[in-house]
Amino acid sequence: MAGLPQIGEPPRAGRQRALPLLELLSFPILLLVWQVLAMVLAHRLFPSPVAVGQEMLRLATEGKLLADLGKTLWRASLAFILAMLIGTALGILLGRKAWLDRLFSSWLLVGLNLPAIVVAIALYIWLGLTETALILAVVINKVPLVATTIREGVRSFAPEFDELAQAMRWPTAKRLRLVFLPQLMPFVLAAARTGLSLIWKIVLVFEVLGSDGGVGYRVSLFFQFFDITGILAYTAAFILVVLAIEYGVLRPIERRVLQWRPVQA
Amino acid sequence: MATGPGLIISIDEKRYAGSAAPTLSGFKTEIAPGSVTAILGPSGIGKSTLLRIIAGIDRDFSGHVTINGQPAAQAAPPGFLFQDPRLLPWLTTSDNVRTAGKGVSTETAMAALGRTGLANHANLYPHQLSGGMQRRAALARALALNSGLLLLDEPFVSLDRALVEEMYGLIASVAASDRPTMILVTHMAEDAARLADRVLVLSDTPARIAADLALPQPRDQRDRDTLDGYRQLIEGTT
Repeated sequence: MAGLPQIGEPPRAGRQRALPLLELLSFPILLLVWQVLAMVLAHRLFPSPVAVGQEMLRLATEGKLLADLGKTLWRASLAFILAMLIGTALGILLGRKAWLDRLFSSWLLVGLNLPAIVVAIALYIWLGLTETALILAVVINKVPLVATTIREGVRSFAPEFDELAQAMRWPTAKRLRLVFLPQLMPFVLAAARTGLSLIWKIVLVFEVLGSDGGVGYRVSLFFQFFDITGILAYTAAFILVVLAIEYGVLRPIERRVLQWRPVQA
Repeated sequence: MATGPGLIISIDEKRYAGSAAPTLSGFKTEIAPGSVTAILGPSGIGKSTLLRIIAGIDRDFSGHVTINGQPAAQAAPPGFLFQDPRLLPWLTTSDNVRTAGKGVSTETAMAALGRTGLANHANLYPHQLSGGMQRRAALARALALNSGLLLLDEPFVSLDRALVEEMYGLIASVAASDRPTMILVTHMAEDAARLADRVLVLSDTPARIAADLALPQPRDQRDRDTLDGYRQLIEGTT
């Protein structure tokens, strides 16, 4: 509710104040648990967070960490954008037209349950070990999930607001802006969030399976040498990027778009 | 504002797909400019259907409804008060009022909110308002359009007594100052006795006008006895 003058009593304000502090403590606690575990186990194959941090710095300056990260991010972002666009369009169509939904909802079910690795292998066989095959495989894996989320969203739209729009004689553009988009946005954001976390993971798997670089490719090389510190350094760097996107992009967008919602307890 | 428009309602037939009998058939009446007409009847009789036809929302009927000579669907949009506040939860109160139409500026919206006592709450979202405030915001939105025709669809259901009194007062003051043509759909004789100049009692399927009553006493001069008398008069016909 940033920027809103609070008249009257804002609900649940007191308890709300302590929550951001807990969120700030969350990651230090995780690192602490890791450090303690590493000290207790004291094994070559269980490096401490400090060692991993040093390795990350070394790989970033002397190794290929940044180039690999860039490559993986590029693939993930492109796949993400394509999957969101196609999935949202499909979801709106299926949610609006009952006959299309009847015809294609079982395709969605197939798509949802198709093992990601099978899609990737099939596309690598058909298209070769190419960038296109990799991105396409990610998109195909992701689209059914986005489409399903958006379809459920469109189905849950309140007909009361359509009636309001009719009574007010709102033109189509105004209806889209005032009634359609605001109802759709929470579902787009939910799809984006589950989508991103899924895409990160499968991009890495597909990179292991066959590519010429990227985080997944490098991790599979480290695996050959049992270089667990390198693997964890790459993973940590990757997670830092994900967190930056979560806190730097997703959350601010969410806060802005969902500003009108009651404060969640 | 000039006195509200006059209406000529002549519905040959309105039938919902799949229902055996039409909801409305050969339904004819005229509504005088600047009058407050209550349409009374049990639920399911077709009151809301009639109101939606007048509002130009429902165009799937045979016959014609004209507002100052213009077909309802082409006439200026009416102010419409629904059973629920029906505010867009993603817009602030003043932005909700501004959605009423192109011509509604921030100033007009603020003026409408001022009339319903919400001037200090313009920047709050609907969920931050109490139930009564949400109703008043919805009324402000209906007024902001300044269309002269106000349609009220059971605006008092599920409100507690104090809130109903508050809404009666607001609507009566609007009727007195703006002289809009108002059509109030309700199933409560009390609502009609308090606000209406004329009461149309509907019954049967398809709906017909079972009684057409005039309540001549001016609204602000109706004491408890008058109201009781009116209520008995209305209830005697149902």
